[in-house]
Amino acid sequence: MSTPVDTTPIARQKRNRFLLQAACIAVSLFMLVPIYLISLAALSTRDSLNQFPLSLLPTNLSVETLNAFLGSTGIFGALGNSLIVGLGTLLLAAVIGVPAGYALARYTFKGKDPYQLFLLFTRALPIVVLSVPLARLFLTVDIYDTTYAVILLHTALALPTTILISASVFLSVPIDVEEAARLFGCTPLGAFARVVLPMALPGLAAASIFTFVMSWNEVLGASILTLDHRTLPAQVLSSLSDSPLAYRFAGGFALVIPSIIFIALMRRYLTNMWGSTIR
Amino acid sequence: MAVEAPPTHAETLAPPRRRKIPPAILLIAPSVVFMALLLGWPVIQGILQAFRDENGFTLDFVARMVQDPYFWPAVRNTLLLIVVMIPLQFALAIGMALMLRTNPRLHKVHFFVWAIPLALSDLAAGLVWLAIFNDRGYLNSILSWFGIEGGSWLAYDNQASMFMCVLIAELWRATSLVLIIVVAGLQGIPKDYDEAAQVFGATFWQRLRHVTLPLLKPSLQVALILRTILAFQTFAVAQALTGQNFPLVVGETYRWYTGLQNPNVAAALALVILVVSMLTSIFYLRALRDKNQGGLR
Repeated sequence: MSTPVDTTPIARQKRNRFLLQAACIAVSLFMLVPIYLISLAALSTRDSLNQFPLSLLPTNLSVETLNAFLGSTGIFGALGNSLIVGLGTLLLAAVIGVPAGYALARYTFKGKDPYQLFLLFTRALPIVVLSVPLARLFLTVDIYDTTYAVILLHTALALPTTILISASVFLSVPIDVEEAARLFGCTPLGAFARVVLPMALPGLAAASIFTFVMSWNEVLGASILTLDHRTLPAQVLSSLSDSPLAYRFAGGFALVIPSIIFIALMRRYLTNMWGSTIR
Repeated sequence: MAVEAPPTHAETLAPPRRRKIPPAILLIAPSVVFMALLLGWPVIQGILQAFRDENGFTLDFVARMVQDPYFWPAVRNTLLLIVVMIPLQFALAIGMALMLRTNPRLHKVHFFVWAIPLALSDLAAGLVWLAIFNDRGYLNSILSWFGIEGGSWLAYDNQASMFMCVLIAELWRATSLVLIIVVAGLQGIPKDYDEAAQVFGATFWQRLRHVTLPLLKPSLQVALILRTILAFQTFAVAQALTGQNFPLVVGETYRWYTGLQNPNVAAALALVILVVSMLTSIFYLRALRDKNQGGLR
């Protein structure tokens, strides 16, 4: 008595597998197609942008639009300001935040829980709430409209994240190695500098890149705190209403490219960082 | 802040040799001072600015804010955006994370692509979708091939389609944040639970409902609070896509501050956002607290 083999489960599994692949590709296309289109728009000639319907294939590639964007007043300066602000924020946030993260990871102290709650709470502060009064403060201490002003604001915004991420990075460095270094005669500072820091450095670097990205992307605070020393997003925002479409597309493209590079650089750390920050 | 509490000696590393300020306090002190100055002070100033003029306490600025014809549409749009976007975003992100967990072909490439918007500014996202949705943009171009006449998606009398455009752009940009948090959360859950449920014959939906989602709860809670707070601050996407035509509360704050040069009303608007974000986080923390587990964080 032989019963025919029931192949429906296998067939169903195969079909599910196929649907899954298709769904993954669909989501990827949803993410990628807009990026392709903005690149196409930014790399098209002005004439071909004026045509209708627009071509979806890269037929009229040129850097004319992009050149015009980069050549327009203030863009190169804004690019430089963005870099200065991003690096300044990264440094200041690291200098202030990494020690605090180390303290959270290695010590128990009174006020630790309120401190952590306070850090979480600060994430709920909208940037506008901060930047409008800060603009007044910076006017009185005479650093309004400087990159320092934006660095200070961005550092304040990034600091809670930097502290929580670096705490999680230090938690992942086993405490034993630190104790071993101490047994062999290192001072606390020496043990930190020679043993803990080298092990924590990749994670801290990822956290720093993240800080840089936050600063690079922030629009509102930077536009409120500066007039002549705007960062790139602030510059693009302020010239949005009176600029031709081609300029806006080039601006969008210029803002998209760095983010792809950032994600490529920190791909490996993405989930680790968030996973441990949360707990 | 309770950080300035009397020094204690509860350290895990070396016991203190002398009574002095514990190192932990020294290590966190700069951050506390910095944040008190740059986060605490502006909040207090903002409150004062919204409720005070030369003659002392006043509700004038609040009244001007409420009477502005753009105020209620801005509030309505902001809330509507959150109510529609958050559930969609979470469904999408959880779906994407679950798909990644099955390790499909090229899953590393897919993950990279899905994470790209994480590093993208909302202004860039707005400009990207502007290239698609504007009158002579790519969407209308594609439609015209099929002989369909596209619409003016971003015209100011077309609130519904403007809302859709902002929604799609925000979904595109911000879903990856939820995705990363959910993926990180999934990594923390041993696969054994799911496999055990599978052995006992649970269907996919049963396993999702009774095994995966409850275990993901802490991650989902964090993502929910973070995303809702950030959604209240949606600004540049709408600004790039529609200018002032689709008012949102943060956009109104920006307009009052830069365009109308009135920092007091801007401060009042900013406080609306602050109060609502705070209330929302408290609501989430309470509503999602698990009674058996005590404090969840």
